[in-house]
Amino acid sequence: MMSHTYNFAYLDEQSKKMIRRSILKAIAVPGFQVPFGGREMPLPYGWGTGGIQLTAALLGQADVLKVIDQGSDDTVNAVSIKDFFRKTARVRTTENTPEATLIQTRHRIPETPLKEGQIMVYQVPIPEPLQFIEPRRPETLKMHAFEEYGVMYVKLYEDISKHGRIVTAFDYPALVHGRYIMSPSPIPKFDNPKLHQSPALHLFGAGREKRIYAVPPYTDVVSLDFEDYPFEQETWEQSCAICGSSVSFLDEIITDDKGSRLFVCSDTEYCRNNGKKEGL
Amino acid sequence: MYVAVKGGETAVNNSRELVAKTRRGPETIPEITPEQIENQLGLAVDRVMAEGALYDRKAAVRAIRQSQGDLVEAGFLVRAFRTTLKRFGNSKPVNTEKMKVLRRISGAFKDIPGGQILGPTYDYTHRLIDFEDEPDHPQSLPEDQGTIEPMVTEYEASMPRVLDLLIQQGLMNPGSGELIGEKTEDLTRQPLKLPAKRNIRLQALARGDEGFLLGSAYSLQRGFGLDRHPFLGELRVGYVEVMVTPPELGFEIKVGEIKVTECFMISRNNGTRQSLPGFENGYGLVFGQNERKAMSISLLDRSLQNSEKDDDGKYPARSQEFILSHSDNVESSGFVQHLKLPHYVDFQSELVSIRNLRKKYRKNRKNPENR
Repeated sequence: MMSHTYNFAYLDEQSKKMIRRSILKAIAVPGFQVPFGGREMPLPYGWGTGGIQLTAALLGQADVLKVIDQGSDDTVNAVSIKDFFRKTARVRTTENTPEATLIQTRHRIPETPLKEGQIMVYQVPIPEPLQFIEPRRPETLKMHAFEEYGVMYVKLYEDISKHGRIVTAFDYPALVHGRYIMSPSPIPKFDNPKLHQSPALHLFGAGREKRIYAVPPYTDVVSLDFEDYPFEQETWEQSCAICGSSVSFLDEIITDDKGSRLFVCSDTEYCRNNGKKEGL
Repeated sequence: MYVAVKGGETAVNNSRELVAKTRRGPETIPEITPEQIENQLGLAVDRVMAEGALYDRKAAVRAIRQSQGDLVEAGFLVRAFRTTLKRFGNSKPVNTEKMKVLRRISGAFKDIPGGQILGPTYDYTHRLIDFEDEPDHPQSLPEDQGTIEPMVTEYEASMPRVLDLLIQQGLMNPGSGELIGEKTEDLTRQPLKLPAKRNIRLQALARGDEGFLLGSAYSLQRGFGLDRHPFLGELRVGYVEVMVTPPELGFEIKVGEIKVTECFMISRNNGTRQSLPGFENGYGLVFGQNERKAMSISLLDRSLQNSEKDDDGKYPARSQEFILSHSDNVESSGFVQHLKLPHYVDFQSELVSIRNLRKKYRKNRKNPENR
């Protein structure tokens, strides 16, 4: 049914061209949110339509696609998106991070370091880092234009004065290339440092809000903080119950109704490989 | 003709006949049967029961057919039927922990005691219209497996609610139990009074318009009332038993089972100098499989709880009055559309008044000193 009804990778070529132009602009102005003519996709808004449009516009026949959600290749939404591109573009898919040319993700950056030539595509629910301080778009546009970022620092400062620390745990704002404050998408702040001077290209797509932005390879991405209250990552007292890793992001699993808990890697591919390496 | 000066009665009668004919469509096509609607348009039936505030599949099915699938109109038909029914008592609060679960998911935890059950959902289907001229068949993932039967747990199965697990860990306030066992006022028998207590708010939301609640909840998420991302603690769909103790019997009997969707959302509370940081919950329960609505209710329940403390009126979805007074689609649909009724007399008065004002304006322009 797909083959003669829909184009390669679902979107028509004109839409893809429009998206690729927006991507080029986004790369030229790192961290700046480029509006684009977002299309309706056959998956609902909030489920990665921005990321899917980027992937659809970028995929070629030779690409190898990896899709993760919450760090895992096997979560339902990741499986569904991978299946969508297998059907519509017949591209090869993989779980192996180094093998992938394009990685679409929701909420994580793989633990395995990325390399030159790889593209990360992020699904972004709310592209505007200032949204919860100022929901009106015309206002935030001006704030970005004039680099009026004082309110963001005030918010972080208020956290410190009320709670003794910055309480933002995910979607932690970062300054890109010394100019634009950017939402890294709802990745845990644990992943923020992976964006800094990364050899890969990072593209962010917000389908509902119809915006694209980018972090080109080898770009400064600095998580906002204060000299006396430096940026902190999450840490765990436990190690992964499966592979033993003490350096990866851990998910908490409730094992019974008595409150027993278990901690395991959120990145399942990393966990499997690390387990093999450790001979487990 | 719209309304003639005379002949209104004939026009109305003709219009009724025409709508009945339009509803039926060409006689050459067999009429859709109630069984077909009940079994093949199940989610429409669920929505109509929820907004009609009456768990009666038969009534909802008939209403859908009678309204040509206009679900707001169908909900109205059900309400108009419901209002004539006699109340014969109160059931016990339904026990959702003992639900016969069709579907149960958590967006906050990867695994939960009792497990996640994806069940029947459009969530992971691809929205590609199947134009192939073949009988309607379920699109399932992975590749079509027509042999899968929906999994339904038993009433006895242990499916502790994720909410209770968080309460056990001390991360969430158990609340005052205000909603359990308390004598509850009936919103359908008493007018809405503001500010409304939580049990009244949840009643109003449960029968509110799905679209309105959805849009309002969405506005919260976009920063018009929420300052951070909420989490889906748990969403479960399934059957619960309805237990009643008739006074003449004096003991509890099961009068039936109903399908409901229950949802609770978690949002973070950073605490203050006086209170411990933790999580807060928003709750939603609705007839049938109605996930989008149950989730919207949960988000609004949370924001309206906060509004008790700080109703600053800045954001609509944090204002009890804005949400509760405008969510009922029988009310809103009626009032918006009443503008179709003749208003000749009122408009005539407006015309006279405007003409007088214009006359005065022109006169003043000619003689500025009269101003």
